[in-house]
Amino acid sequence: MLGLKEEHILLIDSAHDAMEVINLLSQTLEEGGYVKQSFRQAVWEREQSMPTGLELSGEIHAAIPHADVEHVNSPALAVAILKEPIPFKCMVEPEKDIPVRLVFLLAMNEPKKQIEMLQEVATILQDSTLVQKIASVSSRKEVVELLTKDQSPSLGVTTST
Amino acid sequence: MNQRVKRILVACGTAIATSTLVAVQIQEEMAKRGLTVETRQCKATEVPSYAQDVDLIVSTTPVPQNLGKPVIQTLAFLTGVGKEEVLSQIEKILKEL
Repeated sequence: MLGLKEEHILLIDSAHDAMEVINLLSQTLEEGGYVKQSFRQAVWEREQSMPTGLELSGEIHAAIPHADVEHVNSPALAVAILKEPIPFKCMVEPEKDIPVRLVFLLAMNEPKKQIEMLQEVATILQDSTLVQKIASVSSRKEVVELLTKDQSPSLGVTTST
Repeated sequence: MNQRVKRILVACGTAIATSTLVAVQIQEEMAKRGLTVETRQCKATEVPSYAQDVDLIVSTTPVPQNLGKPVIQTLAFLTGVGKEEVLSQIEKILKEL
């Protein structure tokens, strides 16, 4: 999977809220130099005004926080698997809380070229069996293995850029 | 049937990536249904200023409903939930224009 490194995967037993999850994920990207220090704050501010919680077809739900391009040095993806669900507001109905177990933090600096990243994430989200498997892993390595097997069916989307 | 190319405005929070993902899928799926569509992407806040020039608005975030154009708010292109229904709805709206 595009740009997903083991050090960018977090298995979180308990977190207070969405902000803490976003901070922890941003930290992993910041340490690798992928994003600027301003990134985490930008993501959190955006999440509050334009939330990214997504209700999926199964029991497990997800969120895809991201920020404007100027806070990103180079494209990367960070993933949190939450043992206990944390509420994120719904993207299309911001007044609604979604209990989220998977958080995909997207760092994109040239989105038109990096649409593959979101596309791959969307492909995962649409595969409820894979989502269930990711949510029940016990190690970072398992996540990488699940996501590099390329077992999920493609959305059939081709990019024109 | 009216052969004019139908124009769809695709909106998301920041017009960063989500709207691209949605626009590409709409174009491909409508092509399969024999409909050629032109998509334009914008931020949700820009929808009112572009609404005049399009036939349909598809958004992943809330947008005003009183724009005089049909509006579909959906996450189906991200989550897959209800995707066939949304595609049928888009097809129906475009064919009735």
